[in-house]
Amino acid sequence: MRQIAIYGKGGIGKSTTTQNTVAGLVSLGKKVIIVGCDPKADSTRLMLHSKAQTTVMDLIRERGTVEDLELSDVLKLGYGGVKCVESGGPEPGVGCAGRGVITAINFLEAEGAYTPDLDFVFYDVLGDVVCGGFAMPIREGKAEEIYIVVSGEMMAMYAANNIAKGILKYATSGKVRLGGLICNSRNTDKEAELIEALAKRLGTQMIHFVPRHNQVQRAELRRMTVIEYSPEHEQAEEYRQLARKISENKMLVIPKPLAMEELEELLMEFGIIEDDAPGVGVPAAAAVPA
Amino acid sequence: MSADVKKRVEGITRESTQAMIDKALEIYPEKARKKREPHLAPNDPEATSACVKSNRKTIPGVMSARGCAYAGAKGVVWGPIRDMAHISHGPVGCGWYSWGTRRNLMSGVNGVSNFAMQMTSDFQEKDIVYGGDKKLATLLRETKELFPLAKGISVLSECPVGLIGDDINSVARTMSKELDLPVFPCNCEGFRGVSQSLGHHISNDTIRDYVIETREFTEPAGPYDIALIGDYNIGGDVWSVKPLLEECGLNVKASWTGDGQIEQIAATHQVKLNVIHCYRSMNYMARVMEEKYKIPWLELNFFGPTKIKASLRKLAEHFDDNIKRKVEAAIAKYDPEMQKVIAEYRPRLEGKKVMLYVGGLRPRHTVSAYEDLGMQVVGSGYEFAHNDDYERTAPEMPEATVIYDDVSEYELEQFVHTLKPDLVGSGIKEKYLLQKMGIPFRQMHSWDYSGPYHGYMGFPVFARDIDMAVNSPTWKLVKAPF
Repeated sequence: MRQIAIYGKGGIGKSTTTQNTVAGLVSLGKKVIIVGCDPKADSTRLMLHSKAQTTVMDLIRERGTVEDLELSDVLKLGYGGVKCVESGGPEPGVGCAGRGVITAINFLEAEGAYTPDLDFVFYDVLGDVVCGGFAMPIREGKAEEIYIVVSGEMMAMYAANNIAKGILKYATSGKVRLGGLICNSRNTDKEAELIEALAKRLGTQMIHFVPRHNQVQRAELRRMTVIEYSPEHEQAEEYRQLARKISENKMLVIPKPLAMEELEELLMEFGIIEDDAPGVGVPAAAAVPA
Repeated sequence: MSADVKKRVEGITRESTQAMIDKALEIYPEKARKKREPHLAPNDPEATSACVKSNRKTIPGVMSARGCAYAGAKGVVWGPIRDMAHISHGPVGCGWYSWGTRRNLMSGVNGVSNFAMQMTSDFQEKDIVYGGDKKLATLLRETKELFPLAKGISVLSECPVGLIGDDINSVARTMSKELDLPVFPCNCEGFRGVSQSLGHHISNDTIRDYVIETREFTEPAGPYDIALIGDYNIGGDVWSVKPLLEECGLNVKASWTGDGQIEQIAATHQVKLNVIHCYRSMNYMARVMEEKYKIPWLELNFFGPTKIKASLRKLAEHFDDNIKRKVEAAIAKYDPEMQKVIAEYRPRLEGKKVMLYVGGLRPRHTVSAYEDLGMQVVGSGYEFAHNDDYERTAPEMPEATVIYDDVSEYELEQFVHTLKPDLVGSGIKEKYLLQKMGIPFRQMHSWDYSGPYHGYMGFPVFARDIDMAVNSPTWKLVKAPF
């Protein structure tokens, strides 16, 4: 059983990518469980065709303590027999969502949710590694394989680099390794080359370049993965390819995160920040034409 | 005190004390030694600045006796107020283990109103994850229902509340309106600051922001209205000092916070003078009241007849001849009684040596009471004092005696081995170590289940207890096997 966590900047498409990839793994005959580690509880929506009705934390809140919970209360079967669980958690601005993730994962382990017949556990984790709670899947040897969803946008790359720092922190004390960057294209300039270069600097690979396509949106509106909605579509094939690559991936590394300056250098190298463009802190309009 | 009557202890010189300190420090690794060194020094009674560094983070790994900000807020400032309910907001341990552990006694009807009303929100996993705001609102409603006599509720944050960012201030504001009852939010998470001291400060700030000036005394103001600040009624101390001050013609309108009532505390801005007992924990509000309401404040010491006499006269200076006359009458009435106590106990205690390691004010305020009994304090220190406390300690302690700040159990033990005191006055963490060493001990945070030790009523009790400890035949029968 391989335990995989998907991280990446907020809004980058982690949940969509995770579920479409899992659908791809299903078509390869793999058995998978998805553990949503996001209080929004939408990591399994495309699998279940609806938002999860009960999350681990919501039910703990309702019943009192974690001891009052049964696995069957929170474990649902989705598309292709994929097991789906959501950790759940508080509304924005209150409480501690990170603790919710810790509680939920401990509950799943204690209750034997990770059965031996499973090929993959997927953790879909909220945003950046913001605190100890969200690092839970990569702590204590829970997730051993991390994929970072990224795009050619600077902030997405910045977040990816930060996540690499988080992995590095725990890599020395455990078995966690970086499996690669998944480029979820935003159609920015020289995106594939840029992410390839970033991956190289981090010591990893761009495992797949997922092109941008409206079909993803169309499927999502129907609460489905592209693979379920339109298995023949070219975008479905992209996700199947990604699934195959992950399934066959042997390149698991301890990342070498970049310094902020190196990251900017990289952007400059690829002409995102042009050499003749005005310098740091100079508005475009203020620049004197050569 | 002038140089020619400088207090000295036979055999103690700056060199001997420094040698003892150096030896105790030897065991530390270099980094720790460097950090601990400035916290230990021989006393210089004439020094104008503190001889030791203080109010610094404890070195990890040493055994420290310090508490946390929550302990300072609940145990010291809020807990003793008798007509309030105090909520420990967070997991159950902090509330449970601090429940009734400090002997701040309360007057009232036995079994009805003479005990601390305390609640805890008993955080569960779900409260951490979803936040405890709603639970706190429910708890406040229940508290009002369960404790109808409570005239206010304090909400004391435990650590997790600060970590998850529960907005107790907003809940307190809303619920105070809904319940028509004052609710005071105190952000005293235990991890804040280096010791319980910050908890005192935070609580003083809460009193400043939420309590003071929210009530008026019902009776008309008088020229002799005073407040007793920083006396926590340990073993009934307030019950000794308050009647004494009243006998001197003064009108004690409020006591902060021992046996205190919240509505009187809230009206204290109307008094003419604040009498400060524990400077460390309440000087902040004394200063606020001085600045804002022009109320002068006076630090007094009511331990032992020498200091009581001096304090009462110092106090009388602030008032007219009427008070001065009554003060002299009180001294004339009680001092001979105290001399009888001294005559009884001093022969048995003369020349005995004491070491102190306590908090607040006792490491300096009780020195003279021991001296009244013919004893000498040969070492003293605080858990959580600041510079100004050590400045105030220097003139009280004999020349070159050791002063220790946030002393580790190891250091204290080493000093005890060298100085061989006849009595150690410290806390529960030190008690059994010292007793196993065969050394008489008094738990001086809570007066060791005795008291009061304050005022004329307290001194005979103090003298009896000290005699009982020092001269107990038990110690002659105990021989440590090491």
